[in-house]
Amino acid sequence: MIKFQNVTKIYPYPKVAALRNVSFNVEKGEFVSIIGKSGAGKTTLFKLILGEEIPTEGTLFFKEINIPEINKSNLYKLRQQIGIVFQDYRLIPSKTAYENIAYALEVIGADDEEIKRDVSKVLEITNLTERAESFPDGLSCGEKQRVAIARALIHRPDFIIADEPTGNLDPLNTQEVIQTLVKINELGTTIILVTHNKEIINILGRRVITLEEGKIIRDEERGRFIL
Amino acid sequence: MILTTIKRIIKSGWKSFWRNNGLAVATIFIIVMIISLINGLFIFQAATDFLVSNLQEKADVSIYFNENISEAEILEVKKEINAVEGVNSIEYISREMASEKFVEKYKESQILMEALEIVEDDPFLASLNVKMAEASDYAVLNGFLEEKFSEKIYKINYFENKEVIESIFSISSDVKRFTFVFSLFLAVLGILVAFNTIRLTIYTLKEEIEIQRLVGASNWFIRGPFVVQGIIAGIFATMISLLIFIVSFYFLNPQLKNLFLGFDFFGYFVNNFLFILLIGLVCGISIGVISSLIAMRKYLKI
Repeated sequence: MIKFQNVTKIYPYPKVAALRNVSFNVEKGEFVSIIGKSGAGKTTLFKLILGEEIPTEGTLFFKEINIPEINKSNLYKLRQQIGIVFQDYRLIPSKTAYENIAYALEVIGADDEEIKRDVSKVLEITNLTERAESFPDGLSCGEKQRVAIARALIHRPDFIIADEPTGNLDPLNTQEVIQTLVKINELGTTIILVTHNKEIINILGRRVITLEEGKIIRDEERGRFIL
Repeated sequence: MILTTIKRIIKSGWKSFWRNNGLAVATIFIIVMIISLINGLFIFQAATDFLVSNLQEKADVSIYFNENISEAEILEVKKEINAVEGVNSIEYISREMASEKFVEKYKESQILMEALEIVEDDPFLASLNVKMAEASDYAVLNGFLEEKFSEKIYKINYFENKEVIESIFSISSDVKRFTFVFSLFLAVLGILVAFNTIRLTIYTLKEEIEIQRLVGASNWFIRGPFVVQGIIAGIFATMISLLIFIVSFYFLNPQLKNLFLGFDFFGYFVNNFLFILLIGLVCGISIGVISSLIAMRKYLKI
């Protein structure tokens, strides 16, 4: 589903090689964690998958799509197929929790009835029904992250990428978020989790790719958190 | 699908307009200023034109005919002058009318009235009062008269009035040029201020635009609500600006009339209301929409 082939990313100002000759595949239905110290290249990898950055060398595919070749104005078509969860939630401040979740369906052109039905259902599953009309400023960190996850799932993408989704959460909320991602993965959704959290990696017992100074130093099927 | 998207864009723009009311007020305020400036300049231009044509009305030459020239002959000359290019108006003043005018004008002056009684013969001559379109036309007219009717004409006061006429036309043209340049300068300045204000407003929404891009919204799905907000702000700003003009002209019309030699600001505004409304809407909506589109362009690149 995701294929990195000898991908190198060098930022020009200042000249920094964020990724060096990185190659790996993620197959459909896999749950892959990407770990690494700060500056290891995790965020760059995340941005490359979303088309925010273009590799300096190498190719990178999502399904059959060569991401760097997508015209900027058509990137939305790629992003509509991906569920994205950010560490800092990235909720639209001027929209309510309900509207933030509905937005992911609106952009793909879902009809009003479908939006109403699905958003209400997701709000119920994520225990946010009472908070549906609250704006992000009025939500707790845990609630914000649940809204962000609900937004990433609502359009049923077959691939989700989560960048430190538990970074700002307490242990209880962290566990909830990870359990949600595992459940979704069990239903067939491919997941890439970028994280620093040692406990999560060790409990998950899934494939772990370790980055160091822009290179893959380890890629294990049932990996552990070793840095 | 397209209709649903358009409906969503309009709904989203409308909601955002009311939710970001602080920003909406700032945008409307600046557009009100620009529309008021542009409409104000438009009306000021009309008032200046009125003043200039008033001033030009005061420029004329009088052609005095010899005593022995009959009214029929003078009217014949009038007909020929009418054919000269640049003639705005010709007024025939008979000897009697000239006398009446003189008496009316100087009736308070005892000395002049007594002097008039002493003079046995009627001292006034019949004349034609001619107004031309341009200062240079007067010289042409003078040449034409001297060439064709010099034996019938007693005097043309062209050379006495020449300097005054040329000054009047020169001032008029300076005023027109200055008003045009000044209007253009203020309009450009206003549009730049509006553009920068809207750019700053959109900068505060930078993060929101980037999130929308990352969640999979197309550029037009993001731009659309901003365009709608620009249109709403433009319409509100036009209404507010027109209200300010109506109220101001209604109450200040007498004072403004005195200042501008009788130019009826309120009347002009009412008579040209539709045109002024159109200018306001076109300017307001264009400023709101174009500034938004340009300002948000760079945030749509991620």
